[in-house]
Amino acid sequence: MSELKSGSNLEKVLKAGHFAFTGECGPPKGANVEHLIEKFQYLKGNVDAVNITDNQTAVVRMSSLAASKLMVDEGLEPNFQMVCRDRNRLAIMSDILGAHALGIRNMLCLSGDHQTFGNHPEAKNVHDIDSMQLIALVKKMRDEGKFLNGDDIDVPPKMFIGAACNPFADPYEYRVYRLANKIEAGADFIQTQCIFNMDKIRDFMKKVVDMGLHEKTYILAGVTPMKNAGMANFMSKFVPGMDIPDSLIKRLKSVDKRDQAEEGIRFALEQVEEFKEMEGVAGVHMMAIEWEHMVPEIAERAKVLPRPVV
Amino acid sequence: MIVADRKSLEEILAMVKDNKKILIAGCKGCVTVCNVGGLKEVEILASSIKIARKKEGNDIEIDIEVLERQCDTEYVAGISETVGDYEAVISLACGVGPQFLSEMYKDQTFYPGVNTTFFGGATQHGVWEERCAGCGTCAIHNFGGLCPIARCAKSLMNGPCGGSSNGVCEINKDTECIWDSIVRKKMEAGRLEDLLGVKGIKDWQTARDGGPRRSIREELVQGNI
Repeated sequence: MSELKSGSNLEKVLKAGHFAFTGECGPPKGANVEHLIEKFQYLKGNVDAVNITDNQTAVVRMSSLAASKLMVDEGLEPNFQMVCRDRNRLAIMSDILGAHALGIRNMLCLSGDHQTFGNHPEAKNVHDIDSMQLIALVKKMRDEGKFLNGDDIDVPPKMFIGAACNPFADPYEYRVYRLANKIEAGADFIQTQCIFNMDKIRDFMKKVVDMGLHEKTYILAGVTPMKNAGMANFMSKFVPGMDIPDSLIKRLKSVDKRDQAEEGIRFALEQVEEFKEMEGVAGVHMMAIEWEHMVPEIAERAKVLPRPVV
Repeated sequence: MIVADRKSLEEILAMVKDNKKILIAGCKGCVTVCNVGGLKEVEILASSIKIARKKEGNDIEIDIEVLERQCDTEYVAGISETVGDYEAVISLACGVGPQFLSEMYKDQTFYPGVNTTFFGGATQHGVWEERCAGCGTCAIHNFGGLCPIARCAKSLMNGPCGGSSNGVCEINKDTECIWDSIVRKKMEAGRLEDLLGVKGIKDWQTARDGGPRRSIREELVQGNI
């Protein structure tokens, strides 16, 4: 525990060798602080850190930085998501410093969904730097205490650096190399895209372990409980990079509509059990999308409670 | 070459709604090659405007001219004798043309008759695709000869992103994921290791972000060549 990079709870939990359990929370489409804080309460004590999404699917919401600060104030630990779509390098570095100043110690570095998905497709995107370069930038600021131009930073920002990995996007053969690049860039931890295809993730993790990547970073497996067969169908057809096997859709359809949510949770719990044993997996990132109130029950049934205090 | 698309007739009619005598000026450069601003297209547009205006009972007189290149002052000067005879001029050149014209003939009104879109080429008859973003620092040799700045929707230097599926970009099914092509080309050549390591942050000063650009060839300026 001597060499903490950021001192975040997530970092401590992972370094202590605990199986991490992180959650996710989307800021509101408005300035509704009360509703946001209400959602936080379902996550408090049930997860080690909570991803605060950054205008996810390119839909405008309360800023992830502001929502992360509100979370800090409520005694939870945010994992501040930052996308490269909406900020140039000046804004990025400025927000990283601001995040540190506000007590934020985890960051997830993302390129960001293209704005054509969102509610302002007319927008000009930025992409001054990409997610890989963002990871390297946060590391430079933290470890070298330098801005991109080489100038010294007066009190460098200490962030536990996260990155995303989608083993289900193409070309599949390249995905493990891309992960290796993110680790080389400086990713301390990885959160994968939602996993539904267990055969494929087993194969992918075998490749990860063969390359020894799991020893260089902490990999958290992404799990999303399906609310019903319709959601599975929709995600399969319309969400890019999703790999949802027909067998899962059939399984959800095989039960009565009102029992489909329970069946979705059961599948998620089976996944968590397998990930606890899977070599190279250091934890689970539970993305209960607009279902935060189910997290206490899911965490309880996943037998990940109480969360370790490190 | 520079590729352009036609503007709708409605938009052009609205531009010249108050005019009774106009010139339509085409260009023999890129817009002729991409079939949007050459002699044929100039003639078609002139006929279309005349027919539409006749229907309204509001005839319009239109002359046509096709300049060698509208991006060259020497050729732009070629209409100096007649340009003042018109109430307005529609240029079917790329965005450069109506600006060179406006700069030379300050009292005349020039309307852009096309939407200039990108630097690219024809991949099949009637289909043009973007290839270059004019970023001013070409490094396509690092990407298998394919440009991710122009051809990746996010201009990723370290792609492909998580939205790449079966060679298709996440933005729509008709858009190729150029990173898929870059990676596959490397795989087929047995050189995937070329893509290991992080490609550094790009200097955009040579792109439009550095301000309007200027290219100066000293030896030509001095008249040595």
